[in-house]
Amino acid sequence: MIEVNDLHKSYGRQGKINALNGISFTVENGEVFGVIGPDGAGKSSLFRILASLILPDSGSAIMNGHDVVKDYRKIRQIIGYMPGRFSLYQDLSVEENLVFFATLFNTTVEENYHLIKDIYQQIEPFKKRRAGALSGGMKQKLALSCALIHKPEILILDEPTTGVDPVSRKEFWDMLGRLKEQGITILVSTAYMDEASRCNRIALIREGEFIASDTPQGIIDDYPEVLWAVEGTGMSALLGELRAHDKVKSSFAFGDKIHITVEKNLQAEELKRYLANKKFNDVRIAPIAPTVEDCFMALTS
Amino acid sequence: MSKKVIEVNNLTKKFGSFTAVDRISFDVKEGEIFGFLGANGAGKTTAMQMLCGISMPTAGEGTVAGYDIIKENERIKRNIGYMSQKFSLYEDLKVWENIRLFGGIYGLSDKTIAEKTNELLKQLDFEQERNTLVKYLPLGWKQKLAFSVAIFHEPRIVFLDEPTGGVDPAMRRQFWEMIYDAADRGITVFVTTHYMDEAEYCNRVSIMVDGRIDALDTPAELRRRFSADSMDEVFRQLARKAKRGD
Repeated sequence: MIEVNDLHKSYGRQGKINALNGISFTVENGEVFGVIGPDGAGKSSLFRILASLILPDSGSAIMNGHDVVKDYRKIRQIIGYMPGRFSLYQDLSVEENLVFFATLFNTTVEENYHLIKDIYQQIEPFKKRRAGALSGGMKQKLALSCALIHKPEILILDEPTTGVDPVSRKEFWDMLGRLKEQGITILVSTAYMDEASRCNRIALIREGEFIASDTPQGIIDDYPEVLWAVEGTGMSALLGELRAHDKVKSSFAFGDKIHITVEKNLQAEELKRYLANKKFNDVRIAPIAPTVEDCFMALTS
Repeated sequence: MSKKVIEVNNLTKKFGSFTAVDRISFDVKEGEIFGFLGANGAGKTTAMQMLCGISMPTAGEGTVAGYDIIKENERIKRNIGYMSQKFSLYEDLKVWENIRLFGGIYGLSDKTIAEKTNELLKQLDFEQERNTLVKYLPLGWKQKLAFSVAIFHEPRIVFLDEPTGGVDPAMRRQFWEMIYDAADRGITVFVTTHYMDEAEYCNRVSIMVDGRIDALDTPAELRRRFSADSMDEVFRQLARKAKRGD
């Protein structure tokens, strides 16, 4: 179990940059907990504190009963940490990296091979290759293998899917799902809002604060606005006309549609007539369920 | 018929026995927003490097901004704009210093740079931040500034390599509205992204699989052809065919 209480962290000479502004949350054993927000929101600072790599200014974090400041030696034994930037030894081979990390934690690759088998098998054909010469996707798989080889109780993954294409991202989350079944608690951060549904619970983070924390469905259920999707031709111009309407509170492009939030007393027919007057005759308007991205935007507007 | 800003024919790049880009042919029209998609390792970066004049093709031919990819690659560099998510601006320079630097690199006069800097900061509502070090700007602001700097010398075409990675949802959309403005002014936009909703904002999209362009059309036409509800689904169907591991 992870128990985080009122963490604060600032950087710079006069504490100019506030990275974390009082973060509190708990993660149950065996849960996949996602911290979701844009770059610069504080995700990496939070994870580095939990990995005992930097110290908080105040507040506490207890992981499976161990304090991240006082018991940092124990913390490092029970966690597996995969930083955002590739940080394995570029000049060692795939196999050498893995053996190195196993040895460092006083274990062997054979002892915990079952944990990484699924992932490592995909890069095993290249086990003699230097880590620095691997492609992005293979580096990611090697980094995850190295983070798992000492059988951690808690896995901390800092933006494992940044810059990764949609298909490989899906595969990565499938791998995490299988690790969760092994009973590992997983704390993962991402800037991709669509990955929220793969977590048991999520926290939306912005400017060092959790602006919401719940199950993905719970966050969606709490959406406070009336949300419609508008479809038509000439999206850019359509967006302009929607913004000019005084009962339309916000309008943003969402793929091939425009999502708008509207005043409760606005009727779809009324908006259709307004758009028809502006020469948009083929417009379709329908109420829709929000995505986590809609929720994030409503919470930060 | 509008003019073509990119025209390539059978463009190929081999590294030893490995064919990174395999005979791609396509063209991009003036003022078009062209989405260049593909899985990691499909060959997008290599293709883009050839288009930008920083990597010589092994075979094939083409022109970018009217200049020959092989014979006039130095001219191409002067006539395009480029920005990426990984590197866009110098963190330890102030906002105005970054603009000054890039304006100078592209050969604009001091007077033009000074005038255009004021204009630009006003447009972005950035006048307060003139003397701020770039590293203190939030990522979304930084990317908007980086885009403005990339088109500061008014290139015919700008290449954007994952410009919105990690940017917050509202800022990501504001960024795309800037792209639309640039396209309306006649600047052609060539953009890569891993956000499939952004593929929908492009006039046309190409999808690379194993070094080849496997599909190229408007997003609506691609969805129709693949009987898919979204570009995400189109992408999945195509990327699944990939043989080459990432």
